[in-house]
Amino acid sequence: MSDIKVMLVDDEQSFVEAMAKRLTKRNLEVVQAFSGEEGLEKLNEVFGVDVVVLDVKMPGMDGIQTLQEIRKRYPLVEVIMLTGHATVQSAIDGMKQGAFDYLMKPCDMDDLLSKVREAKAKKENHEHKIAQARAMNIANRRGD
Amino acid sequence: MEKERHYSGIKRRLMFLIVLISLAPLALIAIVNGYQFKHAYESKVLEHLEQVVKKHKQNIDTFLNENLADLRVIANTYPYEQFKDEAFLSELLRNLQAEHGGMVVDMGLVDDQGVQAAYSGPFKLGKAVYADATWFKEAMGSQNYISDVFMGLRGLPHFIVATKISADGREWLLRCTIDFMGFNRLVENIRIGETGLAFIINRQGAFQTKPGIQLDAHVESLRDLVWGKHAAAPELTHSHMNNWLGPQYKDFATAMPVRAIVADDPQKPGATSIYVMTQLKQGQWALIYRQDTHDAFSAWYKTRNVAVIIFLFGSLSIFFMAFLVSAKTVKRLEMADREKEMMNEKVIEAGKLASLGELAAGIAHEINNPVAIMVEESGWIGDLLEEDEFGDTENVAEISRSVAQIKTQGDRCKEITHKLLSFARRTDPRQQEVNMNELIGEVVDLSSQRAKYANVKVHQVLDDNLNLIQASPSELQQVLLNLINNAIDAIDHKQGGEVTISTENGEGVVNIHVADTGQGIPDAVLKRVFDPFFTTKPVGKGTGLGLSICYGIIEKMGGKISVNSSVGVGATFHISLPASQGEKNGGNAEPVS
Repeated sequence: MSDIKVMLVDDEQSFVEAMAKRLTKRNLEVVQAFSGEEGLEKLNEVFGVDVVVLDVKMPGMDGIQTLQEIRKRYPLVEVIMLTGHATVQSAIDGMKQGAFDYLMKPCDMDDLLSKVREAKAKKENHEHKIAQARAMNIANRRGD
Repeated sequence: MEKERHYSGIKRRLMFLIVLISLAPLALIAIVNGYQFKHAYESKVLEHLEQVVKKHKQNIDTFLNENLADLRVIANTYPYEQFKDEAFLSELLRNLQAEHGGMVVDMGLVDDQGVQAAYSGPFKLGKAVYADATWFKEAMGSQNYISDVFMGLRGLPHFIVATKISADGREWLLRCTIDFMGFNRLVENIRIGETGLAFIINRQGAFQTKPGIQLDAHVESLRDLVWGKHAAAPELTHSHMNNWLGPQYKDFATAMPVRAIVADDPQKPGATSIYVMTQLKQGQWALIYRQDTHDAFSAWYKTRNVAVIIFLFGSLSIFFMAFLVSAKTVKRLEMADREKEMMNEKVIEAGKLASLGELAAGIAHEINNPVAIMVEESGWIGDLLEEDEFGDTENVAEISRSVAQIKTQGDRCKEITHKLLSFARRTDPRQQEVNMNELIGEVVDLSSQRAKYANVKVHQVLDDNLNLIQASPSELQQVLLNLINNAIDAIDHKQGGEVTISTENGEGVVNIHVADTGQGIPDAVLKRVFDPFFTTKPVGKGTGLGLSICYGIIEKMGGKISVNSSVGVGATFHISLPASQGEKNGGNAEPVS
């Protein structure tokens, strides 16, 4: 049963594929994208992506730009940044733009999994609150 | 070698220049002024001597004239018969002696045959016959006469002053004798300095007074100097003698100039003498004053000697100073050059390091992705091996081990690339006010897990009133993390140990010390700890970049980082960073987390 839908965005195809296999094996539904633009397209096509794992450094639209776009269009989708830099700066930049967390490449599978789960939990919490708010709204409407 | 020659060349040229510039004006002044002074002084001395000689010439001439005049007055006043009376002569002699201080020795009347008719004086000359005496012949030839010095009948040097009296168709000579010694005194009085003396010679070069020193050898040349080459034949005309007392006398006497010459001294080779000479007695005698040049100009020589000594000492000190100054200057120059060289080396080093950093960053970035893929692929193999179909065979176990090893090595690559990247980009150089104590708290928290595993206790001894500093926090974090991790690594994990981080205010700086109780750093290593890629950790454990990054960051902030250590006791890293100008962090410091 795949309860979490993850999208991997990285220009390194082999990395995305290997990662996808491993995550799939761990019962995650994985959507693959090889650039920022493709990632945004897939988000539009595929419904119900919970978490995006986004590489910071990519040709074309880079991770930060993609992140900004995702946050704008799909505010509920959580984003985990993958960075090749040891520098805290790019991570901090990402966090400021609303990323959920960041991980350094190459990353430990267990770390990634736990971060993804946390992100999913946060998203569910958000959705739950929204649902509640909607229910309240409906209830209120019915009530008037 | 080449350099040493270069510097010693500069030193020599500098020294030469200083000596030249200092000595040239000094020497010029000394020579020009010395020459002028010498000239002025010499002419003054000569002038003075000439004046002295002139005065004495006048004195002597006056003396002779007076004697002659007295004699003429006497001859004209009394009838000549009276002179035959010896008693009368004695009376006259006494009067003359009273007048001339005893220089007039005797008086006598001589007839035209040369026979002395009357005599008064100390010598018993009585009726002496002077017919053959030179003076008598000469005296008879003119109205008035003054003889040269001669010995005469009495055997003592003297000279005669005579005047002719014509009476009864006969000619008589009234004469008096001047004492040579007395006359000598007139001349001897001219004594100046140690060697200055005067004497009189006649046209034949015979001394008319007694010179104090032996001068016979060159009296001839002196005579030539006074009268010219053909002075030996003194043919004085009658009229000249008649004019002896005439009105032209004075003009004539002054017409003979006083001459001063400087001549070689034949007795002392190399020495010279001054001769000041003038003619006396209507050109028949010459008054000559002589003095050693050295004596006459003694004041000048003394002054010159003092000047020379001053000059010598001056030159010596100038040489000395020139040597010192040039040595010092060249030393400074050498030091400056060396510093410049070192600076150049540093700049080159820095440039190398920078390009190396960029290269490293590029490589690190390019390698990071393949490594990530390799790790993921090996992870995938590991995942697949967990499937049941492979069972628990020996090979599966071996593959699992191999995959784990790939993962470990991948992590190692990751660490290296990350460090290389951080070495290349010291990110976020934006500076802000930083409270070091807070920063240390954060960093200690970061490394607390590591410290726990390493059995290390981390103490913080923080100054609550620590000044703020102006710095980039992320860079400082990196530095502190590096130092603390190094400190933890230095401690043997089995024995355990302590790391103490302390802060304090210095003079315009904030000091941070990171001390450990680890194994310490040997001296040979101590010098190189800040060199890039220098590491003592086993292969794969360290990149050798940590401390060089720290060094670069601290230097860039205008701070200093140093280390001291003794083996077996531990090592302490000292950082001092300039405190910011703002107010102190004061008592309202935020609590350290």
